[in-house]
Amino acid sequence: MGKAFGAVVSIIALVSAYFIVVHRWWLPVDISTTGPLIDHQFNETMVEAGILFIAAQLILGLFCWQYGDKPGRRVKEFPGGPKPVVAFGVIIVGLEILALSLVGSKAWAAIYMTPAPSDAIHIDVQAEQFAFFFRYPGPDGKFGKIHPELMNDGNGDYFGIDPMNDVAARDDIMVGTLTIPVNKPILLTLHSKDMIHDFYVPELRIQQDILPGLEIPIHFTATKVGRYEIACTQLCGLGHYEMRAFLEVLPQDKFDEWLKEQSGD
Amino acid sequence: MGLKHIIAVPALFLAGSSLLVLSAPPARPAGGIITGKVTYTGTPPKMHPIDMSKEPYCEKLHNPPDKTQTVVTGPGDTLEYVVVYISAGEKSMPPPTTGERFDQKGCMYIPHILAMQAGQDLKIYTDDPVAHNIHPEPRLNAEWNKSQPPGAPPIDVQWEKPEFIPVKCNIHPWMHGYFAVVATPHYAVTDADGNYKIVGVPPGTYTLTAWQEANSPISKQVTVTSGETKADFSFHVLPYAF
Amino acid sequence: MHDAQPAVHHHTAPEGFIRKYVFSVDHKVIGLQYYGLALVAVFVGMVLSWLMRLHLGWATLAIPGLHLLSSAGAPGNVMTPEYYLSLMTMHGTIMVFFVLTNAPLAGFGNYFLPIQVGAADMAFPRMNMMSFWVTFTAFIVLMLSFFVGDGPPLSGWTAYATLSSVGGASGPGEATGQTFWAISIALFCIGQLLGSLNFISTTLDLRTKGMTLARLPLSTWAWFVTSCIGLLAFADLLPACILLILDRSFGTSFFNPAGMVLNGEVAKYSGGSPLLWQHLFWFFGHPEVYIAIIPAFGIVSHILAASARKPLLGGTRVLIGCMIALAFLSYVVWGHHMFLSGLNPFSAILFSVPTLIITIPATIAVLMWIGTVYGARLRFNTACLFCLGFISVFVSGGISGFFLAQPSIDIYLHATYFVVAHFHFVMAVAAIFGIFAGTYFWMPKMIGRMMNETLGKWHFWLTFVGVYCIFMPMHYLGLAGNVRRYAAFTDNFLVPLIPVHKFITIAALFTGAAQFIFLFNLFYTRFWGPKAPDNPWEATSLEWSTTSPPPFDNFGGRQMVVNHGAYEYGVEGPKDYIMQTDPVKVAGD
Repeated sequence: MGKAFGAVVSIIALVSAYFIVVHRWWLPVDISTTGPLIDHQFNETMVEAGILFIAAQLILGLFCWQYGDKPGRRVKEFPGGPKPVVAFGVIIVGLEILALSLVGSKAWAAIYMTPAPSDAIHIDVQAEQFAFFFRYPGPDGKFGKIHPELMNDGNGDYFGIDPMNDVAARDDIMVGTLTIPVNKPILLTLHSKDMIHDFYVPELRIQQDILPGLEIPIHFTATKVGRYEIACTQLCGLGHYEMRAFLEVLPQDKFDEWLKEQSGD
Repeated sequence: MGLKHIIAVPALFLAGSSLLVLSAPPARPAGGIITGKVTYTGTPPKMHPIDMSKEPYCEKLHNPPDKTQTVVTGPGDTLEYVVVYISAGEKSMPPPTTGERFDQKGCMYIPHILAMQAGQDLKIYTDDPVAHNIHPEPRLNAEWNKSQPPGAPPIDVQWEKPEFIPVKCNIHPWMHGYFAVVATPHYAVTDADGNYKIVGVPPGTYTLTAWQEANSPISKQVTVTSGETKADFSFHVLPYAF
Repeated sequence: MHDAQPAVHHHTAPEGFIRKYVFSVDHKVIGLQYYGLALVAVFVGMVLSWLMRLHLGWATLAIPGLHLLSSAGAPGNVMTPEYYLSLMTMHGTIMVFFVLTNAPLAGFGNYFLPIQVGAADMAFPRMNMMSFWVTFTAFIVLMLSFFVGDGPPLSGWTAYATLSSVGGASGPGEATGQTFWAISIALFCIGQLLGSLNFISTTLDLRTKGMTLARLPLSTWAWFVTSCIGLLAFADLLPACILLILDRSFGTSFFNPAGMVLNGEVAKYSGGSPLLWQHLFWFFGHPEVYIAIIPAFGIVSHILAASARKPLLGGTRVLIGCMIALAFLSYVVWGHHMFLSGLNPFSAILFSVPTLIITIPATIAVLMWIGTVYGARLRFNTACLFCLGFISVFVSGGISGFFLAQPSIDIYLHATYFVVAHFHFVMAVAAIFGIFAGTYFWMPKMIGRMMNETLGKWHFWLTFVGVYCIFMPMHYLGLAGNVRRYAAFTDNFLVPLIPVHKFITIAALFTGAAQFIFLFNLFYTRFWGPKAPDNPWEATSLEWSTTSPPPFDNFGGRQMVVNHGAYEYGVEGPKDYIMQTDPVKVAGD
């Protein structure tokens, strides 16, 4: 039985590791300026975790293989007793933790604790059961004020603006796809009108909960033209799985064209 | 003439006249007809193109995009989707046994405004291969909120109290419509030319009301005869729906 | 603490069916009642998981009979997305509370803690009876939520505001069912608080002569430490549930901010914060997962020593130290569930440091167990196999925690199947393996009959391979960005992952079926199992110094005197172990 356990646990460990090593299912290519920092942290952790995982499972398997109940054999304590093992645990794990924390906090801070560049394009995001809408300030560069009591999805007033009385609101552009130029910093202000939602773009390596009652900023710069999905990742009701929007990263000239077209509407 | 002829002539006559009766147009319902046109003054608000990009299947079906339907105008400054109904002066009547049908197709509600009598059966169908989440928002009737994944059976519901109930889809928030639940069987919704026609109204004096979703309703007294009565309405619209 | 007097007989032998088996104050009966409740709960929770997995693999599948459970939730037997989320909520709630807190702690703990300390019963037997029946009532209230209003809640076992805190206005599944959920959990908290008081008092005050704290078996230490954690944790969840009910039903705004637009109108709430619910919930929730796993630490350690025929590496001291360190640290890491929640980003760094540090005592515990296997003479019975399996799956689950503890990596992995894989490995698999190990080890003592070893081994192997087939692929799904709590997969980047989900579903159904071997074994043993001797495993602790099953007062009126620690295995001589109650060896022996 011991040999069987040893064999099975080793096979399980190696098969599990195989799928990781060959990247059978893996992160998509990153498309943001902070992506490489995150991916570096991730890969470091994967190597360390992988070594620990395989070592632990194989050693467990080996010991089970070897140390069955053989008559006549005496039990023996681990050489050196507990002290070296405890020391090993504290030192090795402690060092790993220290290294990962120090490097990891830089990656975290680059996204969440660094202010957006001053030339970032401001886009407002409204999250609601079960869709995202995006608002650009229009040619006047100003966002109209948000009035929750005026919000009316049926006639297109997703943000509750009041163009009749609020001049700044008249040229606000509201769309269902987040359209941005490549290689330009983007500052999103995330709003929710009802539940907690979450803005997640795997390729950007960005995720942020959106809370009713809070205005949460998040900024990034996309580095590759293309069409990507924005998924809601915070359970918000029955349509949570259908809550998505698309992120369209365009070359600068195409973005300018698009914006002009929207403003003329 | 033989016996054959004596039987044949009345038989032929009977056959012929019953054919005539059966093929004749149905008798006019007792009562008068109210017709009219609903127009507007002022500058109507611009309707916005609907961005369906979160649902590529529906986005493809509406190229160029449909527009919002808050204030839909027609040729000659007319208004579509105005509900004209008898709001007072009638004794109460049970709802008809036939039901109404509401469809979700290409991520739009068809029709945009569905008028029905209180207590009448309503079946809501989904014809799309994407999930919908139909959510009427009544204030007087009981509220409900249900999903209809692709292939789901129709939802069967009755509204007990007269009310203009907005309905939306939570998964496709641009989907927007109304259940115009009225107490009377005498109602109509204006067409693309702003015209409406209500039939089968017993002669008498009534209050006729026109309801448009972005404006206050307009009521007027009408006296209905056994023939046709005309009643036009005009709404003053504002340049912004929002 | 002084060596206590032997427990005074709190009660005479009970008479009559009701007093003996229903409203019993005997900790052994109560322990079995908790275990039985957990057994019912785990099968309900498992069936729910099958329904969920079937839907995830085949979203348009008509599951025969489902409309009988809910005609609104499954018209034409096809599960609606809201019903999927409701089943998911109930699955999580039932499993975390009524299985993982019940069986290892209230079940085995109630049965064996008084015996292992040498007492005749718990410190407060009547309060013990009350705690079970309060827990039982909580379970009934939870089950009722299937049938009230528009069905059970759908906000997950975590019930985040504002989805859970505005009543039916947030959509189907959030009407009366959520209120029943909150009431059920509040009752559960009360039951657990009463239980914790009992466990702590009994451990500190009712130890028999010679039973110092250092000589207590690790299972008792685990139940004691867990009860200490539970006292603070459940004392936090109980008021949180009350505040939730107040917001839902009485218009208060603890969790609801101003300006929400619900059903087309601006809601009247003002001044609350959804983050408050998250703080209150996770301040309970993180210690809760340690409440789920530390008893397993104790049970596995206890059984491993007996199976390995040698003391644990580091003796009891190192493992006790690990458990206490985990308990303490579990209270300062709750914010790692909230890295992306909208808190000040600096708090993420603050919370991730202790979260990473908590790896250390967990790693040391694993190293102690693996070090115990070194040089052992392992007896590979079913209980031992589940202990070894526990070590393997706990390592697997712990390693994925290493990723999630770092905020920079959590940015990508938060709310994906990577998290689902992590917590299922450590809770659904590791903690359950602890329960299985305890069952196979202690069932002979509890019902006086030996369980069938052949069936046990089949159960182990099918389950061990099965759980890896179910939960290891979930890591890969997470790496690909597969978002969790989705009722179906329609996004472009998720559709290609559906075949993996189908594989997981099939593995889950097979592994679930294997659990019927266990159920059959329990049933068979109860009626036809061979009689169990007092000490079938040649183990040392006090439960093996009495009959199988023990008499109503545990030791037949004797005062047990303890002269040895709990894990004196591997000694020289004809008998390779010294029982705790064996006489002290005379010098020169």
